[in-house]
Amino acid sequence: MKIAVCVKAVPDTATKIAIAADKTHIEKTGVRFIASPYDEFAIEEALKLKEKLGGETVAFSLGGDEVTDVLRDALARGMDEAVHLKDELFADLDPLSTAKMLALAIANGGFDLILCGQQGVGGDNNQVPSLLAELLNLPQANVVVKLEIENSKFKAEREIEGAHEIVEGSLPVVISAQKGLNEPRYPSIKGVMAARKKEIAVKDAAALNAKEKLAATKVKLVELVPPPARTQGKKIEGDADAQVKELVNLLRSEARVI
Amino acid sequence: MPDGILVFIEQRQGRLKKSSLEALSEAKRRISEIGGEVAALLVGDKVAGLSAEVAKYGPKKILLAESAELAQYSTEAYAGALADAIKKFSPKFVFAANTAMAKDLIPRVAARMDLPCVSDVVDLSTADGKLIATKPVFSSKAQAKFEFVDGSGFLTLRPNVFARSESQNGASPQTEPVALSPVTVRARVVETHAAEGGKVELGEASIIVSGGRGIKGPENWGVLQNLCDVLGAALGASRAVVDAGWIDHQHQVGQTGRTVSPQLYIACGISGAIQHLAGMSTAKVIVAINKDPEAPIFKLANYGVVGDVLEIVPKLTEEIRRLKESS
Ligand SMILES: Cc1cc2nc3c(=O)[nH]c(=O)nc-3n(C[C@H](O)[C@H](O)[C@H](O)COP(=O)(O)OP(=O)(O)OC[C@H]3O[C@@H](n4cnc5c(N)ncnc54)[C@H](O)[C@@H]3O)c2cc1C
Ligand SMILES: Nc1ncnc2c1ncn2[C@@H]1O[C@H](COP(=O)(O)O)[C@@H](O)[C@H]1O
Repeated sequence: MKIAVCVKAVPDTATKIAIAADKTHIEKTGVRFIASPYDEFAIEEALKLKEKLGGETVAFSLGGDEVTDVLRDALARGMDEAVHLKDELFADLDPLSTAKMLALAIANGGFDLILCGQQGVGGDNNQVPSLLAELLNLPQANVVVKLEIENSKFKAEREIEGAHEIVEGSLPVVISAQKGLNEPRYPSIKGVMAARKKEIAVKDAAALNAKEKLAATKVKLVELVPPPARTQGKKIEGDADAQVKELVNLLRSEARVI
Repeated sequence: MPDGILVFIEQRQGRLKKSSLEALSEAKRRISEIGGEVAALLVGDKVAGLSAEVAKYGPKKILLAESAELAQYSTEAYAGALADAIKKFSPKFVFAANTAMAKDLIPRVAARMDLPCVSDVVDLSTADGKLIATKPVFSSKAQAKFEFVDGSGFLTLRPNVFARSESQNGASPQTEPVALSPVTVRARVVETHAAEGGKVELGEASIIVSGGRGIKGPENWGVLQNLCDVLGAALGASRAVVDAGWIDHQHQVGQTGRTVSPQLYIACGISGAIQHLAGMSTAKVIVAINKDPEAPIFKLANYGVVGDVLEIVPKLTEEIRRLKESS
């Protein structure tokens, strides 16, 4: 069983976000980068499957210098290898171009399973897993909370609105992980030590055979703006009965939502 | 030459998604800037009967992709149908509502067409004749404005954000079948289980009542459910109470839960952590009920009630019930 895991380095969700002077980036200094939380479920699932079925696990991440620590952490948790897709050409890629680069890196690796997170938090695109599946010409199952692999077949339970769907199909497949799939482990001290000695392979556009055109992004970020300001709220005072009367009144006559 | 907008209209078991009709309404509002016509695409088995409802929103054409294979959603069969419809209609843009189905389907087809996609769009505008799509990023701590470099691509629109409006001019749309190319389906839905959720689906609800750690314990969900019942609202939750096992993850709102955009969001005993706000900050009206006057949720709330949820919510339920009965 050979498993690829795609990991995206994203700003810790708790950090303050400051829009940089060029209006198309955020200030990176002081921002802690982590694996997108859903990617931790993908890593854990790869490790569990390897423990059960044997094989090899490789983490892939496209991005700048912030990726190194994130891949190091994946190795510390027990991933066998890590590949960093890094090139100036890869700066500010849209999801489609990101998926194209990942597809080039993954395509001929003989993988039976490609695991992603269902969403790279921050960008919140929910796109790369499906894009990757199409580019690699593989079936897919997204937002998966339960996965079984047996005899080159998979059975995945995925979340949709108000229901779960059970999807069955053949390997290789692209699966994106949702919260609930498993409980991610923390890296052990032994793992952290071992990860320090492991090498992270770096691949640039040339190594991937990616032509400039292939990496070019098709949606341009025009600008980042602060979220629209909400109107100054009203505090409703008084005893509980008075508060409730006033609230209902406001919801009815001012906000007109009930 | 590509022209116009194709809107993917979602149905499951013959039920139209309300949010697809929002996407169709928005396509109609944008079409004069983009040029060409709006076509709506219905995919399924024997879905022609839904055309009448779709027609109310004024598409020029309704494309029907029908076959027994399409009775149940599968990524590959639906991707084939959407791709066939795109080849037939040759639109500049494809719109869909940002639902579980669209998140699975739309990027797949975008890759096939080698076109970009912007997902979870909350605002559209045009500058120099180019469509600009705005979406929240970084837990709604910023918004990103994207331009389609080649003036063409896919967009998924956040449910409940764009107004649904029936068309005024009565011309009825042409209905045309889409010729389907054969597809190999390698992954199939074999079963569907309804989740143990509330009575109203979170993503489509126009009112949501959400509970956090301030409700004290799972035995008090009934208090919130009573309020849901009088309002016809869906029940939401913070991650803290999902992690504590008080309620199923299906109810979680926020970064690692659902993104919702109701008309009214009532946060009960929820502190307002940034990861929670990420999932609900585009709600039109936010009410916070919290006993701590310094709780961050009050910064976002249109109406803040400082008090004990277990005292306020039952009174609120009664007051609204009285009001509804008298009107
Ligand atoms: C990567 C990551 C992802 C996350 N994703 C999510 C997510 O998707 N959704 C989410 O919600 N959180 C998420 N969180 C967790 C988030 O940071 C908070 O921990 C969580 O939202 C807190 O839930 P809470 O408001 O219910 O609890 P608390 O923060 O404990 O707040 C309880 C509130 O109840 C009030 N209270 C107590 N008693 C009463 C009473 N009797 N009456 C009225 N008010 C009362 C208190 O004043 C307090 O404000 C995430 C965190 C991380 C790190
Ligand atoms: N730059 C990247 N490098 C590696 N994997 C990525 C990258 N971007 C997205 N992914 C994968 O795709 C998933 C969904 O991301 P997104 O489509 O950006 O929401 C992530 O959870 C990752 O598994």
